[in-house]
Amino acid sequence: MKKFVTFITIVSLALTAMTGCGKTVSGSVSTDGSTSMEKVIGALGEDFEENNSGITFTYNPTGSGSGITAVAEGRCDIGLSSRNLKEEEKAQGLTETVLALDGIAIIVNLDNSVNDLDLETIGKIYTGEITNWKDIGGSDLEIVLIGREAGSGTRDGFESITGTEDACKYRQELTSTGDVIGAVAGNPAAIGYASLASVKETVKALSIGGIMPTEETVKDGSYVVQRPFVLVTKSNTELSEAAQKFFDYITSSEANEIISSAGAVPVTN
Amino acid sequence: MKNRKRLMENVIHGVFLMLGLITVGCVLLITVYLVISGIPAIRKIGVLKFLFGKKWASTAAQPQYGILPFILTSIYGTAGAIVVGVPIGFLTAVYLSKIAPPRVKTVIESAVSLLAGIPSVVYGLVGMMVLVPGIRIAFHIPDGASLFAAIIVLAVMILPSIIKVSLTALEAVPKEYEDASLALGATPVETYFRVSVPAAKSGIAAAVVLGVGRAIGEAMAVMMVAGNAPNMPEMFQSVRFLTTAVASEMSYAADGSLQKQALFSIALVLFLFIMLINAVLNFLLKRKSDMED
Repeated sequence: MKKFVTFITIVSLALTAMTGCGKTVSGSVSTDGSTSMEKVIGALGEDFEENNSGITFTYNPTGSGSGITAVAEGRCDIGLSSRNLKEEEKAQGLTETVLALDGIAIIVNLDNSVNDLDLETIGKIYTGEITNWKDIGGSDLEIVLIGREAGSGTRDGFESITGTEDACKYRQELTSTGDVIGAVAGNPAAIGYASLASVKETVKALSIGGIMPTEETVKDGSYVVQRPFVLVTKSNTELSEAAQKFFDYITSSEANEIISSAGAVPVTN
Repeated sequence: MKNRKRLMENVIHGVFLMLGLITVGCVLLITVYLVISGIPAIRKIGVLKFLFGKKWASTAAQPQYGILPFILTSIYGTAGAIVVGVPIGFLTAVYLSKIAPPRVKTVIESAVSLLAGIPSVVYGLVGMMVLVPGIRIAFHIPDGASLFAAIIVLAVMILPSIIKVSLTALEAVPKEYEDASLALGATPVETYFRVSVPAAKSGIAAAVVLGVGRAIGEAMAVMMVAGNAPNMPEMFQSVRFLTTAVASEMSYAADGSLQKQALFSIALVLFLFIMLINAVLNFLLKRKSDMED
């Protein structure tokens, strides 16, 4: 019995202590949008929640378009988009803030003699117009297209940048970056794509139009197979206290390490 | 005193009944859940279009949800694994139970147990790193990830269950049967195949059931070697199985979208398949054992 009483006391004390903390800033931050940003925003949200116990963070993976609509209609605090806003969207009173950049490396086997391709050629390769490496300066091998599964953010990004949406003739659709790299490393005729941060020396990253994918070339925009991760907010409405705190945190340099470890290139210094 | 004992008995019986009901409860829960979440998409897409549609493009601007390629791939893949795996497994079991010297038997049996304990992701990994490039080189094709690779991996994966269950069945054959056969002048090999194997028939059929069950339900290893492009099945083409169709897209499908619902419908189809296969094979087994009686 005595134990029980002690237990109750401890629990109630703990609860009081928790509410005490929450008084600083409490509330919730809701984000909605791009599925490609899941890893980045998830890692940031988790870290933010850990440091601000009174604030709950939610993320609704619906896609960039839905996220922009949601913030315009006031259904979430911050919209997430993995493309820049269109002019008509800005005209609706929306502001974009680039959170990070996502570089996608085009990878081939180490034995492949091709080192450089341009965006158009990559598009032709993936839609099946070019089917042999010898046509683009390589050896006489049928090109094997390795890609990601439908719904993957990397696939979505790659296809939208190369203009090959729903037209790619994949030979293999794998479910993780690691599998793509493994498959490309194991086949001299393979070509694949993977998030820049995860490319290892087991495969060769191609330069695009003469520019190698690195964090710097992604940042200065010269490497073209990249897209922005954008935070969308309403221009004339202030964010709630909790949402503002989250926004300030993720756009500060403090968040850079988390953004990098989630595979994207941070833009703030 | 006696009453007390009886009460105790009853209580224990009750406890065991409860434990048994846990399994039944799980099966019911899964069935009900799958049916409830699998029906809406089939309704929206249309049964015929869903089951016999040849094109799967779930994220295209004009999504198409036809799962015939997955169904055929699963059937071909499982059948292929049985064709390759059953003869090897079955003959190994005959050798182990009748011919092998004890020491060899111990070594092979422990190797088989070890094979059974290897997780499927390891089969997939080895398949991806060794088998897929091997097939590419051996058959001079651009890429080795194919139905053929999946069949080989599945055949190896079902070996342990086939060997173990057949072995148990063969060892349960009464020695008198074999002695009688030998005494009548049959050679040992004749005895094994004309007497022992027919006597163990139902056990061996059970081994095949287990093999089919494991092969059709395997996702991880297959996903890593089959290529996963939703093509109609061809031996050296990249293919997608029912299991991998569910597993590969589930993580990104948005909640409540038709895509996610369709994935549950695929799971429902897979579930019905496994039920059907089990029912058919159970029926065959039962008929066989009835005939023996």
